Amino acid sequence: MNDIATIPSPADRAEKLEGIGCKRKRVEDVRFTQGRGNYVDDVTLPGMLFGDFARSPYAHARIKQINKASALNVPGVLAVITAEDLIPLNLHYMPTLAGDVQAVLAHEKVLFQNQEVAFIVARDRYAAADGADALEVEYEELTPLIDPHKSLYADAPVLREDIQEKTVGAHGPREHPNHIFTWSVGDEAATEAAFQSADVVVKEYIAHPRVHPCPLETCGSVAHMDPVTKQLTLWGTFQAPHVVRTVAALITGIPEHKIRVIAPDIGGGFGNKVGVYPGYVLSIVASIVTGKPVKWIEDRMENLSTTAFARDYHITAELAATKDGKILALRSNVLADHGAFDACADPSKYPAGFYHICTGAYDIAAAFVSVKGVYTNKAAGGVSYRCSFRVTEAAYTIERIIEVLALKLGMDAGELRLKNFIKPEQFPYKSATGWEYDSGDYPTAMAKAMQAVDYDGLRVRQAQMLEEFKAGRSREVLGIGISFFTEIVGAGPSKNCDILGIGMFDSCEIRVHPTGAAIARLGTKSQGQGHETTYAQILASETGLPADMITIEEGDTDTAPYGLGTYGSRSTPVAGAACARAGRKIRHKAQLIASHLLEVHHDDLEWDVDGFAVKGVPDRRKSMKELAWAAYNNVPEGMEMGLEAVDYYDPPNFTYPYGAYFCVMRIDIDTGEAKIERFYALDDCGTRINPMIIEGQVHGGLTEAFAVAMGQLIDFDENGNVMGASLMDFFLPTAVETPKWETDYTEVPSPHHPIGAKGVGESPHVGGVPAFSNAVNDAFAKLGGVHTHMPHTAANIWTYARDLGLQDS
Amino acid sequence: MVKMIVSLTVNGEEHEIAVEPRELLIHTLREQLRLTGAHIGCDTTHCGACTVDVNGQSVKSCTMFTAQADGAEIRTVEGLAKPGGPLHALQDAFRNEHGLQCGFCTPGMLMRAYRLLQEIPDPNEDQIRWGISGNLCRCTGYQNIVKAIQSAAHAEHVAEAAEL
Ligand code: FES
Ligand code: FES
Repeated sequence: MNDIATIPSPADRAEKLEGIGCKRKRVEDVRFTQGRGNYVDDVTLPGMLFGDFARSPYAHARIKQINKASALNVPGVLAVITAEDLIPLNLHYMPTLAGDVQAVLAHEKVLFQNQEVAFIVARDRYAAADGADALEVEYEELTPLIDPHKSLYADAPVLREDIQEKTVGAHGPREHPNHIFTWSVGDEAATEAAFQSADVVVKEYIAHPRVHPCPLETCGSVAHMDPVTKQLTLWGTFQAPHVVRTVAALITGIPEHKIRVIAPDIGGGFGNKVGVYPGYVLSIVASIVTGKPVKWIEDRMENLSTTAFARDYHITAELAATKDGKILALRSNVLADHGAFDACADPSKYPAGFYHICTGAYDIAAAFVSVKGVYTNKAAGGVSYRCSFRVTEAAYTIERIIEVLALKLGMDAGELRLKNFIKPEQFPYKSATGWEYDSGDYPTAMAKAMQAVDYDGLRVRQAQMLEEFKAGRSREVLGIGISFFTEIVGAGPSKNCDILGIGMFDSCEIRVHPTGAAIARLGTKSQGQGHETTYAQILASETGLPADMITIEEGDTDTAPYGLGTYGSRSTPVAGAACARAGRKIRHKAQLIASHLLEVHHDDLEWDVDGFAVKGVPDRRKSMKELAWAAYNNVPEGMEMGLEAVDYYDPPNFTYPYGAYFCVMRIDIDTGEAKIERFYALDDCGTRINPMIIEGQVHGGLTEAFAVAMGQLIDFDENGNVMGASLMDFFLPTAVETPKWETDYTEVPSPHHPIGAKGVGESPHVGGVPAFSNAVNDAFAKLGGVHTHMPHTAANIWTYARDLGLQDS
Repeated sequence: MVKMIVSLTVNGEEHEIAVEPRELLIHTLREQLRLTGAHIGCDTTHCGACTVDVNGQSVKSCTMFTAQADGAEIRTVEGLAKPGGPLHALQDAFRNEHGLQCGFCTPGMLMRAYRLLQEIPDPNEDQIRWGISGNLCRCTGYQNIVKAIQSAAHAEHVAEAAEL
């Protein structure tokens, strides 16, 4: 629909715009459903070579010798690159986003199983794999350190010899060679005082085990260093392509304008594709060495065992409360297993991410949070798996410990939450750990959810089923899992948030062509969220140009304005805001042109869906299409021609989406099997840009939460062998196990966001994990249970039931 | 390594290609024939991103040597609709029902759904969920994929995939 201006009714015109609020069909799907996506492994260049890694079989060992000839003798193998080759280039270590360094190729020592030891470059992927297989490496095994609780023991093996002497790390003093940082926030003394005087205190150890985001597409890159122009082009699975370009410039010394980073279509990210990995660096080095384009694509085993694990938080949570259930204080101490290198992807100032949002949706006067990061012989990472920085861990802490408190008080867990919510009139609300919650109406959301699931009825049914079970007439019990979560997303205000010193703004640049079609480019990068569809909707509402007439482009650093990328639900809160503001700049200029064409003062014009009309004379109007044309031939005197705008948006605050989730679960005590009977998810993400996409995001996030809570685990044996590194071992639910989802919403817009949107992609994961886990725990709450750890596999639930003495009755 | 000549009919087009005996069908399709719709998501035959139709059956093409497919009729997502013609009902339905997000699983999912509807023309929800259980999706939570397959089953032109 090119010219909507001819449609008489403003309402009909508004509908044709497909702006904010429309269930617009996705633009991306046209190519994806026809097999015409362009993912990194689809990139093929003339003469392209393939790289593959030879990896360590040991978790901790000294490299005695590498026999390059053993791989070079393999037909098709052209080069073998080891750390020794990288040292003269000063590339054997690279900076991590967390202020540490990470070995690009293991130098002298390997620190985790499957660590990168050598990069084999060959004519095709089969030969590269043959070369990696054939490479002879002599190791001397060292004692591995697997249990993070033992990392700081006096006699623990020292892992990082490269920084052994450093007594101060990126986040303060180090007390032991295996210590990374200790970070704390809140008022320790006030918190302690509240605990001392409280009627009731609960304390629980709540582990959040190591898992992996595991997008369906693994990581990869194609590097091409043009030997003539010295221009490096790097295609890859980058959630943050601009950051990759800056990091590439910093570590290779290639000037930043000579580097073009392109993130093509990405097959899911979920945090896995934020970091910078050795494979990316090696594809660049190999292209420089060979003068040819070089492709590196991870296989699934490499993905699960080397790039970007998540969680591995060993949490102690405590609450203090009055005997009638008013929460007075929260304390949480965390031991964080960061693996062999600190490669967390968090804003620089926050080595524990936003874990200190763990006071959740509740008005808690005092809080103290302390996180200690340590090294172990495991892969590096600590990324945010479909959540803002450590927010799933935070939501899990508060939503689990509040249930423990309810149990101790003998109070209903729903009622306890209602009693402690931050009240609508308290916003903006300053939390005890320093955040300023911008908006919310928690009691309304909770009440709506409780009514939707017939909460009271569920509790009655639960009690009946428990009676039947206790009477020996049934072997099934019911769990009701509540989760009321608050997120903190949209990183972020540059006063709080930077990555490598670059503020976490985002950007939009829009050009309107003479015919009223437009292209907009952004600093973010979709991995399935549908940005090409939704950003155009925002721009359509703001500029009056139909969404179908606006091309959205992301991911090419040569064309897109600088931005910090897509993760932590930041695209809508930050880049979406930049979109709206860039659109408003276009509209503002168009208004001046309209005033010139209509010969009235611009204040006498009013916006009318897709153009400006003289106030009170709706027929005297100029549509955006006409104004775009005029921008190229008839502008007011002194005005530049053209119709373009750029906006770099530095948000004044984060956004705080929230939601109320209920999981109803039947558990078979004899098999440990859990059956999800019902899952209801109410989300408040503020203004809803595309309800269809929101619902899809919620379905996907809940499915990932289900996977984490009920089955995912990257486990290690005592020698550091990774036990969960293939899809045989690592749980990805199929359509058969996946529950059915019911979605609902309330809509409290963010007061500081230009269109009131708060972000939604990660809420269902953040809120979903505690909902499932609480359902399992709730099922056992009246049978002697207090807390059992995730993953809640049938085997683990069965064992728990046995330990509670429920299997001999 | 010595190569062998294999003939394949892919989306109605005949090809004679030289492959190493160990070359996997997914690599032949993607790299020799440049049909990059089918994807690689694992190394253990679990994900189904590589699913194509071989001689009227859904096959995970990462788990078949090209040599084994000698003489086979293969259909990939690129051959689901006639060139220049309307899209297949499944392609429309996946878009209309929001049955995809990142799109990485989609070509495999579509080809599996295509075969499923030949096997069971009007499947119920359980049959669909079991029928696609060899294909993993990390983004959608499956609910809209199920809806899409149901709605395609009810669309009139479902049987009319491109004539090969
Ligand atoms: S690539 Fe995963 S099943 Fe073929
Ligand atoms: S749409 Fe991303 S894996 Fe299915």
